[in-house]
Formats: sequence, structure tokens, C-alpha cells
Amino acid sequence: MSRARRPWTFWALATLFAAYVAALYGPMLCIYVLSFQDVRGGLVFPMKGLSLHWFVDLFTQVRTGDVKGGFERSIVLAVVVTVLTVAGSLLAGLAFRRRFRGDGIVFYAMVGSLVAPGLVLGIGIGLLFQTLGLPAGWMTSALGAHLSWTLPFGVLVMFAVLSRFDRAWEEAARDLGATRWQTLWLVVVPILAPGLLAVALFGFTLSYDEFARSLQTSGPLNTLPLEIWSMTLNVTSPSLYALGTVTTLASFAIIAACLGVIAHIHQRRAAPRAA
Amino acid sequence: MNGLRAWVQVSPLALVLLLFFAAPIAVVVVASFLPGDGYGGMQAGFTLENYAAVLGNTLTLKLYASTLKFAVVTWALTLAIGFWVAYFLVFHVRSRLLAIGLFLVCTVPFWTSNIIRMISWIPLLGQNGLVNQALISVHAIEQPLGFLLFSDFAVIAAYVHQLTIFMIVPIFNAMSRIDRRTLEAGHDAGASRWDAMRLVVIPLSKNGIALGSIFVLAIVMGDFFVVKVMSGGGSASVVSALYEDIAVLQYPPAAASAVLLLLVVVALVTLIVRTVDVRQEIAR
Repeated sequence: MSRARRPWTFWALATLFAAYVAALYGPMLCIYVLSFQDVRGGLVFPMKGLSLHWFVDLFTQVRTGDVKGGFERSIVLAVVVTVLTVAGSLLAGLAFRRRFRGDGIVFYAMVGSLVAPGLVLGIGIGLLFQTLGLPAGWMTSALGAHLSWTLPFGVLVMFAVLSRFDRAWEEAARDLGATRWQTLWLVVVPILAPGLLAVALFGFTLSYDEFARSLQTSGPLNTLPLEIWSMTLNVTSPSLYALGTVTTLASFAIIAACLGVIAHIHQRRAAPRAA
Repeated sequence: MNGLRAWVQVSPLALVLLLFFAAPIAVVVVASFLPGDGYGGMQAGFTLENYAAVLGNTLTLKLYASTLKFAVVTWALTLAIGFWVAYFLVFHVRSRLLAIGLFLVCTVPFWTSNIIRMISWIPLLGQNGLVNQALISVHAIEQPLGFLLFSDFAVIAAYVHQLTIFMIVPIFNAMSRIDRRTLEAGHDAGASRWDAMRLVVIPLSKNGIALGSIFVLAIVMGDFFVVKVMSGGGSASVVSALYEDIAVLQYPPAAASAVLLLLVVVALVTLIVRTVDVRQEIAR
């Protein structure tokens, strides 16, 4: 494209893009702002006062449910899901670089697992545990339910990551006498690190925010999205918005950390080696 | 030997898919053929009554019509917005770094809670929300508009808000791989910008569009909480009706309805996959 004057379509599409981003962030900003009202606060503007009242309310009131417990469980579950997703996606991604007998079945099962309605899968997992006489729990059945969504998603991301991976590095390591494990740990994993972090980011946030698949599988104790769900049905105070602000801050912290580390790795690679 | 190693590597994925995808679906299929005991339990046996009840009910048709309506409208809107946003980022933003930065700006909300993003429409669209306040203050309307929240409009708005990203990402990827020289060659050969769009950009983005369409359609077809919350109970979807069945422990009819839905979704996805090679698209 030449450096000529911008065509009219540029301005039309720039306007569309700006409108899209505004619509994407605008509503969320509204509830963050409204969560900082004082005790008189309501669900809509105008803003009434300025305080942390609803944040205190969120973590101290019984009526808002077990937010603290849900928060802790969701974090622990998301960490476990992330570790398993990264490991499973890496291995499956490596396997899928070559064709093997039955690869089509695994691939289509993966697509099926991604497009199957979450609630239906959750009901199936719940019934399966019931049939086997196992109690459903957030660390057992819900863990599996989350993996059935994050793992195929992670493998898809790995496909994209591995498409840019040059096998010559791996072969060079083998030629120099590295064992398969050494090749994996000392060559493949470090080169793929930014991509693996991206998979981790997907794994963590998809699990941390997962609702439909948790509904029938988390057993007697709720994860955070289930707490939020029951709050949307019962609570009509800015506590709801305060919860939105808290969970979004947690998400943003994770996103910023992952993107920061990825950018750092890229920067170090781009920089010329000293000495 | 190679095949064996591949299977060892793929085994964690295969195990999860077997235990938490294939087995649960099989259980649902089996449950759909079991007679209920009338108290929320299931009995051993075989019956087609559950299917007869689902298929013979005029409500089923209405639910599918309503769900398909939401799916098609959402698909059209997300495709229109997603395509042009991706096109803008790839072909109009001249700095590659800026394009990636703006792309990340679009993707960040995807990593936050869907439920929170949904309820964030309340202060905007409610009876006393910002939109109504603004319209009244400029005297465009006298009374607050009632259809903004807890309506089909709100449901569509929430879907588009959440799902456009599923269109942007694959279309952005597909467009990023288009060799600029093909466009220049087209230009040199006398193609107008419209010709270039029609003959080069759209055909080469086809796979990305298909992949995005699969995600958007599958998610809308399987959704129940957006419909439940944003319609204020006024509208229903196939899965929200199923959810009500489960709440009163009507497992066998719910299972039959779930199997029917799965067949519809699979048919829809197969139809889209037929038009493009999705596997080649994501593995490339």
C-alpha cells in the first residue's frame, strides 16, 4: 500500500472500530464506576457518593453468598486446569505435527468437545458420576468438565504456535546427542515458551470464568461464576458490581502478567547478545 | 513406532475427551431412552416416549425457531462487525505493531467473565439507564424505552458483545496470511478495490469466516444464561428449557431434548466444515 492519502473507507472503518471498542469497554467501565458508590447507591447512574461500602458488603454479608470461598476455589481450580492444559496441549500439539493412525478421531472429538453445549456436557458428566456412585465435586467432576473445554482450546492454540516452529532445531539437538527428554526440555519448551504462556492464559481464564460446564458438576460447593450467577438472580445492590470489579481486576492482573512475560521474552530475543 | 509415540503424547488429551466428552454424551444418549419413574429418577428399560414427547410438542418447534432466530441474527451481526474490524486492522492500519496492539485491545475482554460483561448492560439499557436518560434529555423520547433491557434486543446485544471476538480472531489470522503482492497484482491487472475484495480478500478469508461461524453458532445454540438473564424470562431457548427440566429433575425428557440439540449442532457444524477444510486452516 502506498503512502497516499487515506481512502474514505479508512475513515468509515476507523469509526466502526472505535465504536466497537467503545461498546466493548463502555458497559464494563460503567459497572466498575458504579461499584464505588456509598450506601445509598443503586444499580443505575447517577452515582451516589464515593466509598468502598459495597466491597466490604460483598465479603462480609451472608446474603451475598460465599464469595470468598468461591473465589478461592475458582483460583485453585484454574491453576490446576492451567497446569494440566499446558502439559496436555504441548504433548498433543507435538503428536499432531505428523499424521498417525486415528488422528482424525481425536481431532473430531476435540471439535465436538468444543462445540457441544456446555450445560449438556455438564449434565452428562453429572449423570456419569451419579451412575458410577461417585460424588460430584469441584475438584473432580468440575475439573474434568473444565478440561473438556480448555484442553481442546489449548491444542488449537498449540497448532498455531507449532506452525511457526522449525523442526530443524529439534533435529539439530538430536544430532548433537541430546536425548528425547533433553530435546524437549532444553530446546523445544524454551523456544515455545511464549506460546505456552498464551495457552496458560487461555487455560486459566477459561476455567476461572467457566459457568455452563460447572453448573451440574461442581457438587455442593460453588465456584465463583456460580456465586455470581446466583447473585444476579438474588442480589439487586451494587455488591453485584463490586464483585464484577474484583473478578475483572483479578483477570486483568493475570492477563497483564502473562502478556508482560511474553513481551519480555520477545524483547530479550530481539536484543543483540552482549559478549 | 512413530504411531505409538504419537499416541503416548496424545493420550492425556484422548483420556480427557473419552472420560469427559464421549462417556458423558453416551450417558445422555442412554438416559434419553430410559423411562422415567415420575419422581425424577430413571428406571431400567427402553422407551421412545421421551422422544415422542419432545418431538410431538409444539413448544419444541417454537424453542428451535426462537433459538435459530437468535443464532442467525447474532451470526450476521458478528460476521459483519468482525469482518470489517479484522479488515481494518490488517489492511488499513499501516504499523504492524499498532495493528497487533489494537488486536489485543479487542481480545482482552474475552479473558474476563461473560456473566459480568452481561450484567454490565444494566446501567446502560435499564429503564433509568444511560441510554434512556440521554434520549430523554435531548427530547428524542418522552417515556423511557422499555424494549432496551429484558427483551430480545438485549439478548442480541449481549450475544454480539460477547461473541464478535470469535469472528475477529480467525478472520484476522486468515487475512494476515494474505500475501500483499496478490492485491498489488490484482491492482496492476486493473481490478477495482471492490474486485480485490470480492475476488481476493473474501475467498482467502473464507476459512477464517467458517471457523468463526462455527464458534458463534455453536455457542448461541448451546446458550441459556444470556437468554435467561437478558430477556428477563420473556424468551426461551432450547437449552434454557432443558435447564428448567433439569431443575425439576426431569432427566429423561431433558436427555432426549439434549440429544436432539446435539444432532442439530453437529449437522450445522458439518455443513460449515463441508464448505472449507477447517483442519488445514488451524493446523497451517
